[in-house]
Amino acid sequence: MEGRRVIPELGSFTAALALALSLAQGVLGLGAFGRASRSAAAAACAQAAAFALAIAFACLIAVFVTSDFSVAVVVSNSHTDKPLLYKIAGAWGNHEGSMLLWCLVSALFGAVLATLRGRQSPSLWSKAVGVQGLVTAGALIYTLFLSSPFARLDPAPFQGNGLNPLLQDPALAAHPPLLYLGYVGLSVPFSLAIAALIEGRADQAWARTLRPWTLIAWTCLTLGIGLGSYWAYYELGWGGWWFWDPVENASFMPWLAACALVHSAIVTERRGSLASWTILLAILGFGLALLGTFLVRSGVLTSVHAFAVDPKRGIAVLVLLAITLGVGLGLYGWRAPRMDKPSGFAAVSRESFLVWNNFGLAVSAGVVLVGTLYPLMVEAVGGGLLSVGPPFFNLTVGPLLGALFLLLPFGPMLTWRSGDLRGALKRLAPALVLALITLAATLVLAEWRVYPAIGLAIGVWLIAGGLIYILQRAMRGEGKSFGKVLLLPLSVWSMSFAHLGAGVLTIGAIAETAFRVERTVALSPNESVDFAGRRVTLLAVGDVEGPNYTATRAQFRIDREGNATPLHTERRFFLTSPMPTTEVGILSSLDGDLYLALGDEVRDSAPRAWGVRLYYNPLVHLIFIGALMMALGGVLSLVALARRKEAGP
Amino acid sequence: MSVILALALATSAALSDPAQEARAQALDAEIRCLVCENEPIAQSTAEVAADMRALVRERIAAGDSDAEIRAFFRERYGDFVLLRPPVDPRTWLLWGAPLLLLTAGGALVWLGRRRAGPRDIFTPEEGDR
Repeated sequence: MEGRRVIPELGSFTAALALALSLAQGVLGLGAFGRASRSAAAAACAQAAAFALAIAFACLIAVFVTSDFSVAVVVSNSHTDKPLLYKIAGAWGNHEGSMLLWCLVSALFGAVLATLRGRQSPSLWSKAVGVQGLVTAGALIYTLFLSSPFARLDPAPFQGNGLNPLLQDPALAAHPPLLYLGYVGLSVPFSLAIAALIEGRADQAWARTLRPWTLIAWTCLTLGIGLGSYWAYYELGWGGWWFWDPVENASFMPWLAACALVHSAIVTERRGSLASWTILLAILGFGLALLGTFLVRSGVLTSVHAFAVDPKRGIAVLVLLAITLGVGLGLYGWRAPRMDKPSGFAAVSRESFLVWNNFGLAVSAGVVLVGTLYPLMVEAVGGGLLSVGPPFFNLTVGPLLGALFLLLPFGPMLTWRSGDLRGALKRLAPALVLALITLAATLVLAEWRVYPAIGLAIGVWLIAGGLIYILQRAMRGEGKSFGKVLLLPLSVWSMSFAHLGAGVLTIGAIAETAFRVERTVALSPNESVDFAGRRVTLLAVGDVEGPNYTATRAQFRIDREGNATPLHTERRFFLTSPMPTTEVGILSSLDGDLYLALGDEVRDSAPRAWGVRLYYNPLVHLIFIGALMMALGGVLSLVALARRKEAGP
Repeated sequence: MSVILALALATSAALSDPAQEARAQALDAEIRCLVCENEPIAQSTAEVAADMRALVRERIAAGDSDAEIRAFFRERYGDFVLLRPPVDPRTWLLWGAPLLLLTAGGALVWLGRRRAGPRDIFTPEEGDR
């Protein structure tokens, strides 16, 4: 018992120690001036800082698991009745803890960067380790001085306030760590970019070090956003999966930047060109990641006024953002013009199509940025309240990404330096035909709705184009028929998975958005309703007890083509929260999901009846399968890079 | 029975004409709920949202055009209620942003290509991977 009491102090102490170590890492790494002993010391500091922060974070988890209510964040975010998983997840389900997690990830990445030097030049490597140290230190200063996770309460209360029940969910327990791995993953490309600018050199070895980090960041962001979207789909109870909410945009912008960076780093590594653009993208990508943290953490999103009530944290993140972008872009403006290696590639080549990829992704990120910040800017200059919602983003970002996807299948078909567009088009002709058939068929079947028809056609074009690429690569390989496909290099598979995933996601997204059916009905037990080719019967409604909630559970029977399937949906009432949450009932089949959400009991009705919201979400699972395929592509690409390093010269 | 209960639930009764109902649902997705500010009235379970959905259908039944209905809600609840921001001097920069960014990006690409030119010959590597 006595030993337990010092855990928060141990956490505070190791976090402070980590701050000192990462500052030392920054000074030693940047001030090495070619002295190997200093670089080695910086690397050692990076490893020690990561170790210290791991202990600090373990302490935070420990105080949550033991429900130590003398610690303020535990009181406001935990409760003794909470299941163990959510006590642990509670450690990062709040502002203070999530910032400590941010620091931990940054320090861990710094330690990995310090440990795996690869073929980097020692001085560039040393500087990158140093910059990463300063990034960790900046985040730690903010965490320790403005959002201390170990602040105590005296006297300690007997019970905590509980975690927001909406967040008590396995997907959401994993969502923040993944997003933070992605956000903070972008800090390493930033550190490498700053180091390259100071060195005045960004060669192919540099890009080779950069690539795995951009892939880690992109893959984690893909998974994190996908998981968040899946959570919104089954937890929020209205069948939606993406709302262009500012919080979603805050993670989508770094994703777009990371996606562009993944592609531009390939050009820099393979051809040595686009180096200065890759550097700029690395700086802006991390800037967007910090901006995302600021938007989510400052309260500025609800209103400029909400931000003004407690501006300290928000201003601090803005200062960090200003320093990051100021130093980064200042250095860039000063050094980059002299580092650009002019490179030769024709207007039709692998390079030029990767340039257009970057163009499309960067413009999309810019539009999302303007749309997200516009209401804040208008309010700040006294223009009143304004909303920029899904209609704006669907009208602007939708066509941009559509155009990008039209060009996508050509990219892999073209060779470096100079490509053969007519040859590529000839090979892609079957895909084009399939896409046009899809377009015509959708137009006829869906009452000439142009937008969804184009969207579905683009999805088919992406998938067919991706499959043609795999086949064409296989034909050129050795061996026989099926063997050929299996013998394709991992890099072909990784790219194909990611691109096919984009096509699958497009089809799911368009189908769900354009063709979803929804209806609200009131049902009494044993009453049925016919909906989307299914007969939905309410069997019974009763109360159930959960570990820290009570619930009203409605049981249904779904009849479809002679098959009866049971399905239930719940409304959960948590003792610690006034708002009930919805556990929706989802019955997935190949063509889509039947999705039921229980509403309120109808007042003064006999027999008793309940409101039920019915949704039919066609092909919605393709959205999440597509996102998973993209992430799998990222993972395979990482494996391919790691293997190449082992086998390399 | 169901219909009466649905009314009691404060869910808006659907319009009988499917084309009008489709218009109403499209408008529901563009109007922000005043209680759950992160949801359009199409999704919000708040009673206000149900009233607003009913209002949308009332206006459609009265023969208003989509633009007139948007203007009606704007006048009644302010710009905040429209998730599709109106085009006026305040939002020119917003609606113009995609075009501005496309032009700026295009100019950058063009400048970059002019500076580079196809003079440097790199190692004649394999064309794929």
